[in-house]
Amino acid sequence: MDNSGGPGKISFAIKKFRFSDWFAERFIKVVAFMSITFVALIFIFVFREAFPVFRMDVKQKIGSVDLVQEKYGEEEATPATANPVSGSAIKVSKPSSTLLSNVWMPVSDNPRYGLIPLFFGTLKVTLIALLFAAPIAILAAIYTSMFAKPWIREIIKPAIELLAGFPSVVVGFFALMVLATVFQDIFGYASRLNSFVGGFAMSLAAIPVIYTITEDALTAVPKTYIEASLGLGASRRQTAFHVVLPAAVPGIFAAVILGLGRIFGETMIALMATGNAALTSINPFESVRTLSATIGAEMAEVVFGDTHYSVLFLIGSLLFIFTFALNAISEFYFKNLVIRKYQSKK
Amino acid sequence: MNRNRKDIIIESLTGISVLLIIFIIISILAITIKGGWPNLSWKFLVEFPKDGMTKGGIFPAIVGTALMTLIMAVAAVPFGVITAIYLAEYARENSVFAKTIRFAVKTLAVVPSIIFGLFGLGFFIGFIGQNMDKIFNGGVMKWGQPSILWASLTMALLTLPVVIVSVEEAIRTIPVEMREASLALGATKWQTIRRVVLPGSVTGILTGTILAISRGAGEVAPILFTGAAYYLADLPHSLSDQFMSLGYHIYIMSTQSANVDATLPIQFATTLVLLLLTFSLNAVAVVLRYRIRKKAK
Repeated sequence: MDNSGGPGKISFAIKKFRFSDWFAERFIKVVAFMSITFVALIFIFVFREAFPVFRMDVKQKIGSVDLVQEKYGEEEATPATANPVSGSAIKVSKPSSTLLSNVWMPVSDNPRYGLIPLFFGTLKVTLIALLFAAPIAILAAIYTSMFAKPWIREIIKPAIELLAGFPSVVVGFFALMVLATVFQDIFGYASRLNSFVGGFAMSLAAIPVIYTITEDALTAVPKTYIEASLGLGASRRQTAFHVVLPAAVPGIFAAVILGLGRIFGETMIALMATGNAALTSINPFESVRTLSATIGAEMAEVVFGDTHYSVLFLIGSLLFIFTFALNAISEFYFKNLVIRKYQSKK
Repeated sequence: MNRNRKDIIIESLTGISVLLIIFIIISILAITIKGGWPNLSWKFLVEFPKDGMTKGGIFPAIVGTALMTLIMAVAAVPFGVITAIYLAEYARENSVFAKTIRFAVKTLAVVPSIIFGLFGLGFFIGFIGQNMDKIFNGGVMKWGQPSILWASLTMALLTLPVVIVSVEEAIRTIPVEMREASLALGATKWQTIRRVVLPGSVTGILTGTILAISRGAGEVAPILFTGAAYYLADLPHSLSDQFMSLGYHIYIMSTQSANVDATLPIQFATTLVLLLLTFSLNAVAVVLRYRIRKKAK
C-alpha cells in the first residue's frame, strides 16, 4: 500500500496479517462496488422491459393493410397518422412504427405511440423552466458570492437550500392551487394548467441546484483575480461580471446542465401543473404532456408486459440515457475544463 | 471604489433575484400554513379517512410514510456508510475503481426519480418478486405485486447518494493525526476505522440518515407504482402489504379525487404536515452539518 492519497492512507507494511482486517477491506470493497451494480441493474432492467416494443407485432388487423415500411424514421413512414383513416379500413400499424408519429393515443382500438408530442412538450416546459431558473439562480449566486455582506450570505445560503428540501409534490400542489389561478388572473388564458405554470413551478425545483453549483464555481475563482481587478480600480460590479463570471463559466455551464437534468426528469410537478394534454402548440399557455409525466400517469393502469407498458419503459430508457449523458458531460467535460483553467493560470 | 449608476442598477438586479427566491419560499410556506393550519388538529393526525376520503384524518398516510422511510433507512444507511468508508479511507483518489464508484453514486443522484419507480417495477416486482412467488409460493401472487417492501427498497436506492455524501464529508473532517495516533498505538487499519473513524463520524451518519428520510418522505414518483395505495382501510401488517403515503395522498386528493374543492382543507392540511415534517428534518440536518463543518475548520 502507498501513502500518497488523502487522510488515512498510511503504510501498513510492518503490520502482520490479520484476518479481520483482510476481511473488512474485502467486504467494504464489495459493498462499495454495489453502487456500480445498481446503476448497471437500472440500465439493464429499464431497457429489458422496453426492448419488446421493437419486436411486437400488430395485435389485430382490420382490413387488408400490410405494413412493410422498413424505415420508420420518416414522417411518411407512419401511415396510421399520415393518411387520414377512412371508412372501415382502419389501419392498424406495428407499435414500433407509430413511435415517431405525432399522435399519442395509447388507449384506443388503433393505439398510436407517437413520442413527438411528448418530446415537444418536455422540451417546451424545460425551456420555459430554464428561462426562469437560470438567470434568477445565477444572478442570486453572483449577489451571494460578490455583493452580500458575510452575515447576509449566512442567511441566504441555508434559505435557498431549504427550497431544495421542498418535496416536489408540495411545489406541484402550490402550482396547482395558487400559481395557476394567479397566472390566469394576470394573463387571462383559457386552460388553467399549462406549460407556463408547469415551467415556472419546475424552475423552483431547478433554482437551488443551479444556485448552489454556480455559487461554488464563483467562490472557487482565486481571490487574487478579484484583488487584482479591484486594485486596478474596477468596481465590484465590473469585477463580478468581467473577471469572476468569465472565469467561472465552465462551472456555471455544469450548473445549468444539472438544472436541466433536474427539470427534464421532474415528474410530480409536470403531472400536477402542466395539464397533461399531448398538444404540439408553441403557445406557452397551452397544456403539454411531458415524458416523465406520461410514465407517472399511465404506468399504474397498464397491463404488465403489454405494448403500452413497454413503450412507457422505452420513454424511461430515453430519459435515463439523456440524464446519464448530461451527468457525464458535466462531470468529465466541465470539471476538466475548470481544473485546467485554474492550473494553467494560477 | 467608484460606484456609478450602472453598478448600482446591476447590483440591485442581483439582489432582487435573491429577494424573488426568498419571496417564493415565504409564499409557499405562508399559503400552506394559512390553508392548512385551521384544519390541523390532533384528531386529523390520528384518524382514518372517512366518507370516501372527504372527511377524517390522515393517520394511515402518516404511519405509511413513517414505516416506508424506516425500512428505507435500514436498507440505505448501512450501504451508504460502508461505501463512504471505502471512498474516504480505502480508495486511492486516482484509481479507476474509485472513480467509477464516484461516477455511479453521482449518476444515482441525478437519475430522475420516476426512473427509480420504473426500476422498482421491472426489477423488484417483475423480476425478484415474481420469481420469489414461483419458488416459494408455488405461483401464488404475494411478492410479485406492489408492496411497502419494494417501495422502500426503491426509495433506498434513490437516497443512497444522500447518505454517502454526508458520511464521506464527516469522515474527511476527522484529523489525520487521530488515525496516526491510533495506528502508532498498534491498532490495525480496521480497528482504527471501527474505534476512531466511525465514532468520530456519528454526527455525519445521523445527518445523512435524516436527510435521506426527509428526501424519502417527500418523494412520490418512485412509489407511484411500487407500493403506494389510494386508500386502505387498514395499516400495513406485513412487508407485502401496500401502504398510504403523505405525498401520494396530496397528489391523489388534488388531482384524482371526485370533488377536489370539497377536500381542499384536507389537501392543505396534508401538505402542511408533509412540509413541516421535511422542513424540520432538513433544519436539524442543516444545524448538524454546520457543526461538522465548523469542527473541520
